[in-house]
Amino acid sequence: MGARFTGPKIAATARFLGSGPGQTASYLSDMVLSFTDRGIFCEAGGFFIDPWRPVDKALITHGHSDHARAGHRRYMATEAAAPAIRHRLGVKVDTVAFGEVRRIGGADVSFHPAGHVPGSAQIRVEVAGEVWVVSGDYKTEPDGLSEPFEPVRCHAFISECTFGLPVFNWQPQAAIMAQINAWWAANAAEGRVSVIGAYSLGKAQRILANVDPIGPILTHGAVEATNRVLREQGLRLPDTTWAGPDVGVTPGALVVAPPSALGTPWASRFGPSAQAFASGWMALRGVRRRRGLSQGFVMSDHADWRGLNDAICATGAERVFVTHGYTAPFRRWLADQGYDAGVVETEYEGDDAEDIEVIE
Amino acid sequence: MIRFAALFDVLDRTTKTNAKVAALADYFREAPEPDRLWTIALLSGRRPKRAVNSTELRIWASEAAGIPLWLFEEAYPIVGDLSETISLILPPATRTADRPLADWIADLIALTGQPADVRQAAILDAWDRLTTPERFLFNKLITGGFRMGVSQGLMTRALSQATGIEETALAHRLMGDWTPTTTTYARLVQTNDPASEGSRPYPFALATALDDPEALGAPQEWLAEWKWDGIRGQLIKRPGAFALWSRGEELITDRFPEFAPLADFLPEGTVIDGEVLAWGDNAPLPFAQLQKRIGRLNVPKKLLTEAPAHMLAYDLLEQDGEDLRPLPLSDRRARLDALIAGLPQLPLAISPAVSFDAWPALAGLRETARDRGAEGLMVKRLAAPYHVGRKRGDWWKWKLDPYTVDCVMIYAQSGSGRRATLFTDFTFAVKDGDDLVPFTKAYSGLTDAEFGEITNWVKRNTLEKFGPVRRVPPVQVFEIAFEGIQASSRHKSGIALRFPRMSRWRRDKPVSEIDTLDNLRALLP
Repeated sequence: MGARFTGPKIAATARFLGSGPGQTASYLSDMVLSFTDRGIFCEAGGFFIDPWRPVDKALITHGHSDHARAGHRRYMATEAAAPAIRHRLGVKVDTVAFGEVRRIGGADVSFHPAGHVPGSAQIRVEVAGEVWVVSGDYKTEPDGLSEPFEPVRCHAFISECTFGLPVFNWQPQAAIMAQINAWWAANAAEGRVSVIGAYSLGKAQRILANVDPIGPILTHGAVEATNRVLREQGLRLPDTTWAGPDVGVTPGALVVAPPSALGTPWASRFGPSAQAFASGWMALRGVRRRRGLSQGFVMSDHADWRGLNDAICATGAERVFVTHGYTAPFRRWLADQGYDAGVVETEYEGDDAEDIEVIE
Repeated sequence: MIRFAALFDVLDRTTKTNAKVAALADYFREAPEPDRLWTIALLSGRRPKRAVNSTELRIWASEAAGIPLWLFEEAYPIVGDLSETISLILPPATRTADRPLADWIADLIALTGQPADVRQAAILDAWDRLTTPERFLFNKLITGGFRMGVSQGLMTRALSQATGIEETALAHRLMGDWTPTTTTYARLVQTNDPASEGSRPYPFALATALDDPEALGAPQEWLAEWKWDGIRGQLIKRPGAFALWSRGEELITDRFPEFAPLADFLPEGTVIDGEVLAWGDNAPLPFAQLQKRIGRLNVPKKLLTEAPAHMLAYDLLEQDGEDLRPLPLSDRRARLDALIAGLPQLPLAISPAVSFDAWPALAGLRETARDRGAEGLMVKRLAAPYHVGRKRGDWWKWKLDPYTVDCVMIYAQSGSGRRATLFTDFTFAVKDGDDLVPFTKAYSGLTDAEFGEITNWVKRNTLEKFGPVRRVPPVQVFEIAFEGIQASSRHKSGIALRFPRMSRWRRDKPVSEIDTLDNLRALLP
């Protein structure tokens, strides 16, 4: 199988070497999607999926900044993902319902829940009976907020593998939320503020929707702006207060902020605090210590090892391309399991992406 | 083990010294005595004899997890810690057991020398009864390298708080070659028995870096001596005991057979603090010569003649069995001088005082340190006692400024442990004509933020991957500081650096302006 995928692999890695051939490389006929230096491309439909360079027509899986970038001429996303994309990029977005089939050029396209964040989708592309699915980012456990992940049968599956190593095994959400509730309660009892770092689109609202609201909840501007967008589209979140300049010391409060706010003067404004980061990376002691955090909650919006394997199995795909994450070992593991597996180099960034958000 | 895991968790989550000491002191008050003893042992670098090797652990863990060994090996460098990798990869435990730490360790000790299948069954059984945090610690007990972010000094302080025994007395009692199998908590901590001294060393006094000698006041109140670049050691001659300890509390008597004759000539009840050096023509040889002997249990004859060991004595800590540490340095030095003067020709001499009458003059002498085989000067207050550990104010080290070289990064590798997800281990090259020649690696010197930044750059600019190593374009220029340089036939560049580290990220400097191999060769002694 190896040789079959040489073409696209070279095309995708070539940009590192500074001699990229552009997007016009030739592809095998059964390649519904190809891998170019602008992103994943459907020749039959003339569109790209989550491209990282400006293109004419972009289908977007979800609103995180490494998947939804500025500068494209036309955007398409699910009805539930579009408001956040409009808010973040200030662009017009053509919307589509989950499961609705659109004919684009010679391709039939539909969006299916990926369970990553509200509105996030896997994108199914069918050309002449051959079905390929791009996973975007996904998780298999329902989070009480996002549309739960639905496996989509396909011939080829392009899967993220941010946590594609067997050391990543998530506990159920209920167990993690119990830890967060206990942490907040213990801090509140000692008069401390609990500052939790969570990506402002998705993780923050996932925590808000599931936390036991024992006290005031303050939010960073980036989180509150997303809350407003999601509330407007009908998602139910507990009452939150934007922690603007007028909000001072608030003992016993929970403060939800992007991870980049942890350890900054902004995070200390509300009084003596305990600070924690909710991320899959918190599974690794070294990462938690490197960030100088006393507390981490192992909560990810990406699938864990079991989740990735189950999801891939459920597609029935024989061919699997793995993108951002531990691609090389995960590809080899899939090949060992009998899949026709390849690696696609992309510019998606896994769970680090939202980490570089600026603070207000 | 649950209590021990809880202790570890507190120590691991805080960087506040007081919180660590308080948690440890609580543990020393409440835990069963055998557990306390083992905790003291682990925190002072002692560990149970290794019952299982790391290869066996990897194989058994990946079998238990139902994954191939190669996948385990891929995950290990990402996690950065073998014990943690195993604890994360195993399926959840099916049973629980709250057994004392000492019992688990006793089981481990009993496994040594057992057939592989017996050991495997025991380890798998243990893993199945331990929670993930306990498993991590259990694995650490097996693999060693137990670090809990607590120095021996902090541990001693906590033990002092828990027992009411003075810290310096405890520090001394905890020295030496005891193990939890040869003593008990009560004997080690609570009895004060001078007869049990044997070969037990004193805690080493340590110095602080000196910036401004003028701030020290009158020069005549200070002793200056060369800071030799060897192995700091403590030589002990007591009834029935002759020992040489390294500063890392390792017994190194047998590695340096040259010192054996000293046992016949030193009076009983003598303890000398000094520097072990490889010795040539009445002067120290470069550290590289001594390095050949470190880690060798049996020293070949060739090395004994090429790089004979010699001790330069700094201080006299015990004479006629009397602890001299409370005396002023001037008294101790006078006694040391007299003691050594009365000995026949032996590989032992006093480290000479460097006489000076004003600080600028001493600064001038310091510039000659490299020519003398020293790495700078030590400045010690003549009226000061011999302190336990690092006590700021009386002992200063005044090292030479390091050498520096501007070079370019060509390979990057991810770190381990705390730095597992960062690229922190870099290979650097200098110019040699039109070529770039790799000449050193360096791992330290940048801030976490800089490591984060360079990590992002490496990820986006990888040219090739070789396992964990990435080749990158020669663009990023760094200034490397180092303490010494040696000719080396083992390195492609023909040179080897001592203590290289990144001193500056030279974003201002283009690759065309980096140093050449000839610049480095010019520094060779």
